[in-house]
Amino acid sequence: MRARSRDLPWFPGAVLAALVLAAVFAPLLAPQSPTAGDITAKLIPPIWMEGGSSEHPLGTDRFGRDVLSRIIYGSRISLLVSLIAIGVAGTFGTLLGLISGYRGGFTDVFLMRVTDIALSLPIILIAVVMVAVSEPTFQNVVLVIALLLWPRFARQIRGETLAVKEQDFVALAVVAGRSSVWIISRHIFPNVVPTLLVVSTLQVGYVILLEGTLSFLGVGVPPPSPAWGLMIADGRGFLATAWWISLFPGLAMLLTVLAVNLMGDWLRDHLDPKLRQLGGRAVVLASADGVPVGHGVQEAPAQGAVASD
Amino acid sequence: MLRGIGLTKHFPASAGFALGGAHRWVKALDGVSVQVAEGETLGIVGESGSGKTTLAKVFLLLERPTAGSLLFDGKDVQTFGRADFARYRRSVQAVFQDPYSSLNPRMRVEQIVAEPLGPGNGVSRASVRERVADVLHLVGLRRDSAALYPHEFSGGQRQRIAIARALVTYPKFIILDEPVSALDVSIRAQILNLLKHLQEKLGLAYIMISHDLAAARYLATRLAVMYCGKLVETGDCEAVYSEPLHPYTEALLSAALPLHPSAQRKRIVLTGEVPNPTNPPAGCRFHPRCPKAMPHCQSQEPEWREVRPGRFTACHL
Amino acid sequence: MPSSPLLVVEDLKTYFFTRRGITKAVDGVSFTLDAGETLALVGESGSGKSVTCLSLVRLVPEPAGRIVGGRVLLEGQDLLQKSLAEMRRVRGKQIAMVLQDPMTSLNPALTIGTQVGEVVRLHQGLRGTGLRERVLEALRRLRISAADTRLGQYPHQFSGGMRQRVSSAIALSCAPRLLIADEPTTSLDVTIQAQYLELLKEVQASAGVAVILVTHDFGIVAANADRVAVMYAGKIVEMGSTLQVFDSPSHPYTRALMRCLPDVGLRREQLVEIGGQPPDLAQLPPGCPFAPRCPERQPICEQAYPPAVTVESGHVASCWVAASAAVGRG
Repeated sequence: MRARSRDLPWFPGAVLAALVLAAVFAPLLAPQSPTAGDITAKLIPPIWMEGGSSEHPLGTDRFGRDVLSRIIYGSRISLLVSLIAIGVAGTFGTLLGLISGYRGGFTDVFLMRVTDIALSLPIILIAVVMVAVSEPTFQNVVLVIALLLWPRFARQIRGETLAVKEQDFVALAVVAGRSSVWIISRHIFPNVVPTLLVVSTLQVGYVILLEGTLSFLGVGVPPPSPAWGLMIADGRGFLATAWWISLFPGLAMLLTVLAVNLMGDWLRDHLDPKLRQLGGRAVVLASADGVPVGHGVQEAPAQGAVASD
Repeated sequence: MLRGIGLTKHFPASAGFALGGAHRWVKALDGVSVQVAEGETLGIVGESGSGKTTLAKVFLLLERPTAGSLLFDGKDVQTFGRADFARYRRSVQAVFQDPYSSLNPRMRVEQIVAEPLGPGNGVSRASVRERVADVLHLVGLRRDSAALYPHEFSGGQRQRIAIARALVTYPKFIILDEPVSALDVSIRAQILNLLKHLQEKLGLAYIMISHDLAAARYLATRLAVMYCGKLVETGDCEAVYSEPLHPYTEALLSAALPLHPSAQRKRIVLTGEVPNPTNPPAGCRFHPRCPKAMPHCQSQEPEWREVRPGRFTACHL
Repeated sequence: MPSSPLLVVEDLKTYFFTRRGITKAVDGVSFTLDAGETLALVGESGSGKSVTCLSLVRLVPEPAGRIVGGRVLLEGQDLLQKSLAEMRRVRGKQIAMVLQDPMTSLNPALTIGTQVGEVVRLHQGLRGTGLRERVLEALRRLRISAADTRLGQYPHQFSGGMRQRVSSAIALSCAPRLLIADEPTTSLDVTIQAQYLELLKEVQASAGVAVILVTHDFGIVAANADRVAVMYAGKIVEMGSTLQVFDSPSHPYTRALMRCLPDVGLRREQLVEIGGQPPDLAQLPPGCPFAPRCPERQPICEQAYPPAVTVESGHVASCWVAASAAVGRG
């Protein structure tokens, strides 16, 4: 990818870098503990307002917990949930999509029907049922989200697989005597990776919002975790008076999702054209990009290379 | 010796999984019998819908025939065991039309060319590398091209890489599906010459599928003309070109334009469209467009006969 | 009876300005075309033949591409000086185009009747029954049978050859003086190609249309063109009547091309290759662009671009070797 400097995604890159740094170095960055609250310091407004203090730059919630610290630690949850859920869903969905797309026939139809069913599952219902059946835990949230996510991967990857399968090099690999496993892993998968990357990135935003929603509804990550969704829920009763409890985690979520989506768009724009050139001849008015290597063409069997009338 | 007898391939006309079975069939191939012996070049010519690409796929075991049999050195492919398949794959390789889609852009040339050498051959990595280098040299590329990626090569060079891959197992037969159609005109000669040279040097047999009658004439020793899934004429290449026996062959040859204004053949311009293999005409499939059609051509399919020594055709004339 | 030519192209230059540099796609192309004549533009990819055609109708993709010089005189008027509105009136009415791919030339969402009618209505202002009659006439001229049923059909219901005929019907519907056909038969089957070319000849003869036929196929040139211009790296390297060029090809590129093509008319013993690769138009060497690959090159070929040499009346070639041969002839 030869990207020029003004093409690079500065804004989303910076935001996401900040997110990752916050998550990794949370103990060093957060001024206070995210869970231990000083009840005497409750509902303190942000620093620029009357009554605010430099100890709590973004204020405190009703338990006296520092909002800023909670946001910083909350980034860990958002990041972890995204990575794990996408990892699980992506792996499973990709595998399914590859097999479905490559095998075709009954396998394909069957797997796609399963995918359709999975796509129609009502998320909130599932989450609520899970909570009713077992405790709300971090693992359950990740599981529920992964459950909802994998069909998207399966669909996308299946589509890409179908496209790559049409390429001659796949048929030639069969002619070369290679097994399906080898073809899927060495030919199809590497060419499906760009799409996978784009889809994964674009799902992160969805996952964060999903986790936020689930936590908000009380069926997600359990308190006292500083999950952003929980923070927003906590501040629900104080929107008029202590609006900062809900607003700042909301902003954090918005910024993160926005950055992730922009990044995903950038990836798609920069990876897709390459993808489309996979089989099609890139239309170039000048001939080859730079000087083609293989000067050995002059070494070709020389009969007839020297013309004489 | 590679031989197809009565090869037939019908595809269901509706895509997807129809529970009741398809009712309409695309009759891509209908009772085609051809053979190639070591060292010769069989040219298969025809237009779209003729079934030539399907025939190539059947020979490459990419499609299983609905009927008919494929014999390799006398043994029917349907009776093949694992070892037989492996041997077949090593002996029968392919070069396809599009040099851009034939090479995986994410693999290095070395991996691409070495692919047919397969696992479990007991061949060491060093000797694989040597074999690849040798074969690259054979097709006129530098040995160190092996470390590069396809996008660093031009169309003609990519086709050479594809040919190198086809050669790496030292096969006996190579199926060439329109090997030069996607290349620039001045590069075609390079590749055609290369193919000819390789055939002489390595004793290869080619099945060359082409719609380009000029290129077929250059490489082929025997010719088979296909129309709408059926063979229409076969015979020695020069004989067919100078004296076509079937009206379709005549029309096809007259449509292919020679390279001089005054060397034009008698122009036979066909009316009508290339037929749809889902619904081929009754009787002789060519009769709707045949300038010499007779009444019984539309009810009776003509027989496949040896009209002259070594020359076969199916026509009521 | 000498009459002024229909089209005069003088020193046409179209360059593409990209990050990598300036690509001189068309670099000083000059030719004339008489009414009713067929001129073939032959060359390989990168020779500039398609860009030349786009330049004639000023459809060069902007902003990367720009016509930077020359004149294009259609019946005496310089098309390059016209306003955009004026050009729109020229396109379709006086100059029409048929392109290579019949799949994408037609809009899959509109019926044939609508698409043909669109052009007729635009340029001839017809409506209602008059319009319908004209459309049917245009279709019938291209031997499209059952034209009235066809009016309501969509492109996907037609075969490739038929689609190309519909595209041509659209092009010819307003009786243009010049038809530019850019590789019109490349994607068609051989027998359909023959049909199409015959039809084109007929229609051309009856309507008196001049045709610029762009192709890489010398066979088509031999059978269909009155005159031929061979292009390489954005320049015309040889031009003359078809018979002249085929009988005595005077440019090494033309000669090399003819020797390297397989001929359906006879079995060649050997195809004589042209070594090397097609040129990089952004980095052309000084002198003749074919010099690196030319089997007959002289030292001067790499220094200066050769002048146009008149080999015989109406037949020119730009080559130093031809120049010295001409001098030798006295």
